[in-house]
Amino acid sequence: MIDRTILRRATLAGAAALAMFGLASPAFAQKTRLTVYTALENDQLDPFKKAFEADNPTIEIAWVRDSTGVVAAKLMAEKDNPRADIIWGLAASNVGLMASMGMLEPYTPAGASALNPMFLSGKSPQTWVGMDAYLSLVCFNTAEGKKGNKPVPTSWADLIKPEYKGSIVMPNPASSGTGYLTIAAWLQIMGEEAGWKYMDALHQNIAQYIHSGSAPCVQAAKGERLIGIGLDTRGASEKTKGAPLELVVPKEGLGWELEVTAIVKGTKNLDAAKKLADWAASKKANELYAKTYPIVAYPGVANTPPNYPPNLEKVMVKNDVEWMAKNRDRILAEWTKRYDGKSAPKAK
Amino acid sequence: MSLAVPGLRIGLSRDDLMMRAGVVLLAGLLLVMLGLPLWALLAKGFEDRDGKFVGLANYISYFSTPALFQSALNSLQVASITTAIVVPLAFLYAYALTRTVLPMRWLFQGISLIPIFAPSLLPGIALIYLFGTQGFFKALLGDGSIYGIDGIVIAQVFYCFPHATLILTTALATADARLYEAADVLGASKRRVFFTVTLPGAKYGLISAALVVFTLVMTDFGIAKVIGGNFNVLATDVYKKVIGQQDFSMGAVVGMVLLAPAALAFLVDRLVQRKQVALLTARAVPLVPRPKFARDLFFTLFCLLVSAAILAILGMAIWGSLIKYWPYNLSLTLDNYDFAKFDSNGWDSYWNSVRMALGAAVFGTVLMFTGAWLNEKTRGFGMMRGVVQFLAFLPMAVPGLVLGLGYIFFFNAPNNPLNFLYATMGILVVNTVAHFYTVGHLTATTALKQIDPEFEAVSASLKVPVWRTFTRVTAPICLPAILDIAIYLFVNAMTTVSSVIFLYAPDTKLASVAAVNIEEAGTTAAAAALCVVIVLTSAAVKAAHLIADRFLFARLQVWRRR
Amino acid sequence: MTNYLEVRNLSKRFGDFSALGDVSLDVVEGEFVCFLGPSGCGKTTLLRAIAGLDPQTSGTIRQKGRDVSALPPAQRDFGIVFQSYALFPNLSVTDNVGYGLVSRRQNRAAILKRVTELLALVGLPDAGPKYPAQLSGGQQQRVALARALATSPGLLLLDEPLSALDARVRLRLRHEIKALQRTLGVTTIMVTHDQEEALTMADRIVVMNHGAIEQVGTPQEIYRRPATAFVADFVGSMNFLAGTLMAPDKVRVAGVDFDCPVQAGLAPGQKVSLCIRPEDVRVRDLPADIVNRVPVEVAELDFVGAFCRATLRAQAAADVALTADFSSNLIRDLGVDIGTKLDIALPPDRLRVFA
Repeated sequence: MIDRTILRRATLAGAAALAMFGLASPAFAQKTRLTVYTALENDQLDPFKKAFEADNPTIEIAWVRDSTGVVAAKLMAEKDNPRADIIWGLAASNVGLMASMGMLEPYTPAGASALNPMFLSGKSPQTWVGMDAYLSLVCFNTAEGKKGNKPVPTSWADLIKPEYKGSIVMPNPASSGTGYLTIAAWLQIMGEEAGWKYMDALHQNIAQYIHSGSAPCVQAAKGERLIGIGLDTRGASEKTKGAPLELVVPKEGLGWELEVTAIVKGTKNLDAAKKLADWAASKKANELYAKTYPIVAYPGVANTPPNYPPNLEKVMVKNDVEWMAKNRDRILAEWTKRYDGKSAPKAK
Repeated sequence: MSLAVPGLRIGLSRDDLMMRAGVVLLAGLLLVMLGLPLWALLAKGFEDRDGKFVGLANYISYFSTPALFQSALNSLQVASITTAIVVPLAFLYAYALTRTVLPMRWLFQGISLIPIFAPSLLPGIALIYLFGTQGFFKALLGDGSIYGIDGIVIAQVFYCFPHATLILTTALATADARLYEAADVLGASKRRVFFTVTLPGAKYGLISAALVVFTLVMTDFGIAKVIGGNFNVLATDVYKKVIGQQDFSMGAVVGMVLLAPAALAFLVDRLVQRKQVALLTARAVPLVPRPKFARDLFFTLFCLLVSAAILAILGMAIWGSLIKYWPYNLSLTLDNYDFAKFDSNGWDSYWNSVRMALGAAVFGTVLMFTGAWLNEKTRGFGMMRGVVQFLAFLPMAVPGLVLGLGYIFFFNAPNNPLNFLYATMGILVVNTVAHFYTVGHLTATTALKQIDPEFEAVSASLKVPVWRTFTRVTAPICLPAILDIAIYLFVNAMTTVSSVIFLYAPDTKLASVAAVNIEEAGTTAAAAALCVVIVLTSAAVKAAHLIADRFLFARLQVWRRR
Repeated sequence: MTNYLEVRNLSKRFGDFSALGDVSLDVVEGEFVCFLGPSGCGKTTLLRAIAGLDPQTSGTIRQKGRDVSALPPAQRDFGIVFQSYALFPNLSVTDNVGYGLVSRRQNRAAILKRVTELLALVGLPDAGPKYPAQLSGGQQQRVALARALATSPGLLLLDEPLSALDARVRLRLRHEIKALQRTLGVTTIMVTHDQEEALTMADRIVVMNHGAIEQVGTPQEIYRRPATAFVADFVGSMNFLAGTLMAPDKVRVAGVDFDCPVQAGLAPGQKVSLCIRPEDVRVRDLPADIVNRVPVEVAELDFVGAFCRATLRAQAAADVALTADFSSNLIRDLGVDIGTKLDIALPPDRLRVFA
């Protein structure tokens, strides 16, 4: 008898603990709570949320934000029981894969026809809609360059010069989307054979392949490295913070990638999600994007955020997104075989 | 070794039935918390990307890539070098703490714990400030670079040191002074005493310290990811597959390969346990070190040196959290502690962390201690207890991100009745407890092994239900170990990233994850600041524990005094 | 007299190792029985099987007519005291002794009264508020005893209760435990490897070796008429002289024939040991016609306090040696010293013969 009482008491205590730590969610208002998965920068979240909620007072945004890889992995892992209502700000290559797996709710937002067609999935209705483009460029630390008496490179070809030996970092394409779009761009500009030959030469100058697309420009900004190949936004923001950084646009052109919006299939808040999708394609939203990104989907709102090189649209390479997706496994396998496996402890 | 030959079936008392039911419940719980989620991910290793069963095809393709061999070799290399450095270092430190007269022993003991309090981001940032290209002590590395094996090993040594020190301090603290007196009387040289008495006495501690350090290094990807660069290890291979390419099948394959050292550790531990006899008998005389000038001076200097190294890393992080822009603008500011500027959750994620850590400490301690007790004291029922023992060992070998993804697959499955837990604080608590189950379970088991094995026999003869002896005698006696487990869970819950990063929801973002996000956004100083806040919180909790231990529990534990 | 405990064909195996082989034993109500034997002989295994702590592989145990063979310990009726005392260190002496009473739903005053009574019984009337760590080993053992007796069990099991104590305390506790047992009349089984302890405390001794019972008997029987060479050797001191059985009542040692009690089970011509205890060797006032007379020389003389233990060598065969206990009086009266030559006799009724 006593034993049973104790057991019951333990069960109750357990349930109480769970209730305390598990189920205690904040008081629900009558607002629709929209779970938005995103890889947008932290500092963009608040302004985006405020602007949207001001226009849609019945909807409340709840962010789940992490790096692109983590958010994409989370979305894919949750495939059978999606928790996100909508994706707002994730790389097109990741979202494209989800579209092909039938994870998205096709929807053409109200203002989609006004957008630059390059920013649309091309399906009808659209599976995803682009917001902005980001690029992979070269961040050069001018302070360290002066110290080492190294010239500022102006082209991809410059980077294989022996004077940059061991002073370049770039993202590892096997762990970073930015890394992949960078090498995909080279293979597309130069052609496969020349592209690989270029990377063979560049490999001699690479200090490290880093597991993140934003880290190379950060490392260059902090003088850890002379040159970082990586995300444009990060280079610009570091420069704004006071880093002696020059953002170099190699004259051969830049690899790029889109950040997109897409509704997740199975959402219980489809109406609210559609409202967000509409808003995300609006001119107002694009004006917000343009505060951080130089190239956005809505024609004409382009703007050069602080410390960006001007006229970036002109240097974007002709990017075949489909080709990128189809050849990803093959290219990564080849890249890994050439540079990753054998590049081991080269701590020089 | 000596399993009784089954013959007569002895009847089961109500106690036996209750305890067996408890063991079954525990096994079930561990299965839900560990076994099934892990399987949910590892099973993907036998499927292709579209979820079709492909047998061993992924394994064949993985084992035929030369990169695997290199990664495995690198993993083994880093793990061996780190173990070879940490274990002797921790042994000397533990020796100093237990066998010499050290001024301000408690302070040295406290400092040795600091690395456990720190998210792995902290040594990453500090090491770059210390030894990076712009670092203060770059010259010390000579030709080497912090971005590579040197850096990984330094960071791993920092990170693993407290784990090894804790185990070895326990091992060395339980010495029988009479053995040393005997050796003295026999005229054995100090060296001989060391090799014939001290080392054998700490043998099992040394083995388990080595095992723990080795597996920690094998499964950690945080450090390798931040400063490893192109030094590939198995854990970063998992990262590349899962985060870089969202290829869960191959990630599962590598995750499975990583379980090998765990299986090995489990076997070794079983063998060691078998041979282990109680070193500390009831009549043993505790060893109280006597002052010896030369020895004490040497060990004081040694501890000063090690503590200085640990404090240098912490100090560097604190300083790094107060500067404007490394390395070009070193003026000081407190702005970096205004977390709302860097992460929309601001200080909320810190309070989430504290809430989660408290939850994990309470839930985990109750589960681990009760579980270890059930598993240790239940009569017979060998099979089930073996299952529990194995499940308890598993998490030590599982990289956090494997467990985290497994949690998504398992707890988010639409037909899982437990999926109401998903995206709540509850799942973070459960996940954290599962992730750190091994050490808590081992601590509890060790404590239980040290108390008189006949308590349950006495209770049975007195017809006292076994749970009463558990609550009135066993648990109060083990209070120090119980508090240790709670603190261990708290500090790890404050710093854990790799697993919970997949599981937090909009309202339950944790400080440790926020720190990683902030660092990724380039605001290293703010990330350092958040790390410092985490360290200080854990240190404060530990300090509160020590103070309470001294003043409050001393009163509760008056029975320990002679 | 009724059998309180009946053990029948009890076996216990650990893998290939047989810890107990087909053991049967009866214990009478109110009796004090000692299991005596060297370490590893199975005495503790037998005790723990009786308690149900380590169940037997086969065989039955009946306690007071009830078959308890398959019952878990909690459903058997016994109190137990371990060598380690197993006192709960965080509970006061009062709480320790009252531990088994609390769960019986007795009211607090009744429990306290019983505890006070028990503490007085074991001679620790003032120890109640103390914690075990503040007591000496002997005191702790008394508390353990009081705790085991608190619930008035029908059977008291003592597992080497005195071996962790020093010699003086051990001696005193021996008598106290025995006296207590006699007062309470509780059937008691004690495991010990100390023959002196067994001889002074037990009503009956069960001598065990290699998982089997060698002999069961009163201390006098065990000492005077050991049933096997093992018992003869293990309990007390014994001379073993190698010889050959010549006739049912004659053993030849080193060419000399000795008269001995008639040996029924042994065949003439068989190699045997002729045994005699050192104190049974006769020296004084030997009649001229005494049998088994041997001329010997004193080879060594060890002073043991009340007497001397002498090593004697046969004058006719120097390799035949035996020990004998000589009282101080005898040594003085006969002027015995090393090298002294004298005659001894081995009284036939004190001789034992083992194959």
